[in-house]
Amino acid sequence: MIGGCILAFVMVLAPLVAIIWVSFFENKIISFPPTGYTLNWYAMAWEMPRFRDGFATSLKLGVLATAISLAVGIPASVVLARGRFPGREAIQSLLLAPLIVPGIVAGAAFYMFLIEVEIVTGIQVATTFTGLAIAHSLIALPWTVRLVTASLLGVDPQLREAALTMGARPFTAFRRVTWPVIRPGVVAGALFSFVVSFVDLEKSLFLVGPGTTTLPIVIVNYLEWSVDPTIAAVATVQIALIATGLIITDRYFKLARAF
Amino acid sequence: MSQISLQNVTKRYGNLTTVDRVSLDIGQGEFVAFLGPSGCGKTTTLRMIAGLTLASEGSIRFGTRDVTDLPPYLRNAGLVFQGYALFPHMTVAQNVAFGLEMRGIDRTQAQRRVQEALALVKLDHFAHRLPKQLSGGQQQRVALARAIVYEPEVLLLDEPLSALDAKLRHEVRTDLRRLQSRLGLTTIFVTHDQDEAIAVADRVVVMSAGKVEQVGTPREIYQRPANRFVAEFIGLTNIFAGSIEAGGSFLTEGGERFAVSSERGAAGVTAFAVRPEQISLHNGLGASAAPGLGALPATVEDVIYRGSLTEVVVRTSSGMPIVVHRQNAELPSENELRPGQQVVASWPAGAAMLF
Repeated sequence: MIGGCILAFVMVLAPLVAIIWVSFFENKIISFPPTGYTLNWYAMAWEMPRFRDGFATSLKLGVLATAISLAVGIPASVVLARGRFPGREAIQSLLLAPLIVPGIVAGAAFYMFLIEVEIVTGIQVATTFTGLAIAHSLIALPWTVRLVTASLLGVDPQLREAALTMGARPFTAFRRVTWPVIRPGVVAGALFSFVVSFVDLEKSLFLVGPGTTTLPIVIVNYLEWSVDPTIAAVATVQIALIATGLIITDRYFKLARAF
Repeated sequence: MSQISLQNVTKRYGNLTTVDRVSLDIGQGEFVAFLGPSGCGKTTTLRMIAGLTLASEGSIRFGTRDVTDLPPYLRNAGLVFQGYALFPHMTVAQNVAFGLEMRGIDRTQAQRRVQEALALVKLDHFAHRLPKQLSGGQQQRVALARAIVYEPEVLLLDEPLSALDAKLRHEVRTDLRRLQSRLGLTTIFVTHDQDEAIAVADRVVVMSAGKVEQVGTPREIYQRPANRFVAEFIGLTNIFAGSIEAGGSFLTEGGERFAVSSERGAAGVTAFAVRPEQISLHNGLGASAAPGLGALPATVEDVIYRGSLTEVVVRTSSGMPIVVHRQNAELPSENELRPGQQVVASWPAGAAMLF
């Protein structure tokens, strides 16, 4: 048991540790052991506009996709968790479908759809920030719906009924009673939405255009021509950002309770 | 003027009728128990009074106010749930203050009333705890304080004692009854436990399969059950199937013949019932009572000592078992019965019930 745990832990952490380590290597050609250590690659990465822009694009996109997926996902989850209506199961499966379809297929399909929209309306959406934002909201939505539905199902329905009999109108009952109880689930959903959007590669591949290239794609493009510790430095920043997000949220909301 | 009035209240789910034309008037300050087996519609009726479930038909009035179609938050009822449903993220005081806050009562006044309500349930020192830091009995009292603090027109209790252990349950129901009569709260108490209903209620409403079987004081429903269901559901009853003979006495399927008082017509009678504590047993050897007419020869089969009483199971010559309860205080121990002994069972004429 304990041996298995340690093994799993090592397998998960080894690539991360390797990348972080490499980002400090002095040599441009990555070789072991390094001749020395430096912070230059971080400065280098920061000075390259494509990484800076990619980072900014991914950050904006992640925040926007999270916001949209919460705005759509919370009401959808309330209906899915509480409602009893025909087609409920079907809608639930549909909302979770993006988890099952291979990313590259979904990305291609979405690209073709946007092209069709362009042909019909004459408005360019395919390689714009708007197109990307819609796509990323769809990437994030299943996570929000899943986590929020799970936490809603964990709430004793009598809590809401108790609030109603004591004189709370439905919205007040939600705000004062249901919301505080489901908040950890919603925060976890938001966090996952942000992370899956921030690291998404396959679905974004067809949708990016000049000025709207996301960080993972910038990384792939860069890797096509050169492999040096700059990439490791960029990846380390990415890892640090996500880890910080997870740690801070866990401190306040105890993510473990959301699962 | 009755405080709560139900007129032909009915609940249907598709083809299924879970509550069927329930009509009932409950007076100001009255304590009424809805009693019945699970699935009899008692909780659904309570939920319709609270407004959590809407009636398919019929009307519900609080005083002169028709609340049939009002949502729960406009009804002014207090409800204690089976699982208490305390808000886990709020302290005891915040839980109790919630109803006052919803009514826009100012903070200082609300604080005073919360303190008073908590004092009533003897929890004034627990105001700043979270519900999970309290025992089951304490949580139950918070739920009660929370439901009465805003002076609801009716207090509704949905199996509020079922999560407590036997000893605590007894204590809490006594406290509940005392509090209820002191505050003069009109109260409806849902339970499947007949002892509980009989011990706390002014009137008991016995329900089965969505219908009201009988409404009466605990004494009435025990001593004069309206039908066989009520007789069997409330307390223990010996029931003999059979019919009334031409001569006016009751003939069981096994061939025993009992005298009956003629207050009920012979038509449609299918059962004769008598409570275990109404039956007395006499030593068969010494007894000279003639067989028949409420004096029944039988053989002792089982003697079970149960503390305050002894339960004796005897079997008649036709093979029918009869349960008899004898108060231990009234019997010298040398008078104990032994299995195999011949006895004669008899009961006063007024103890017989016909259905």
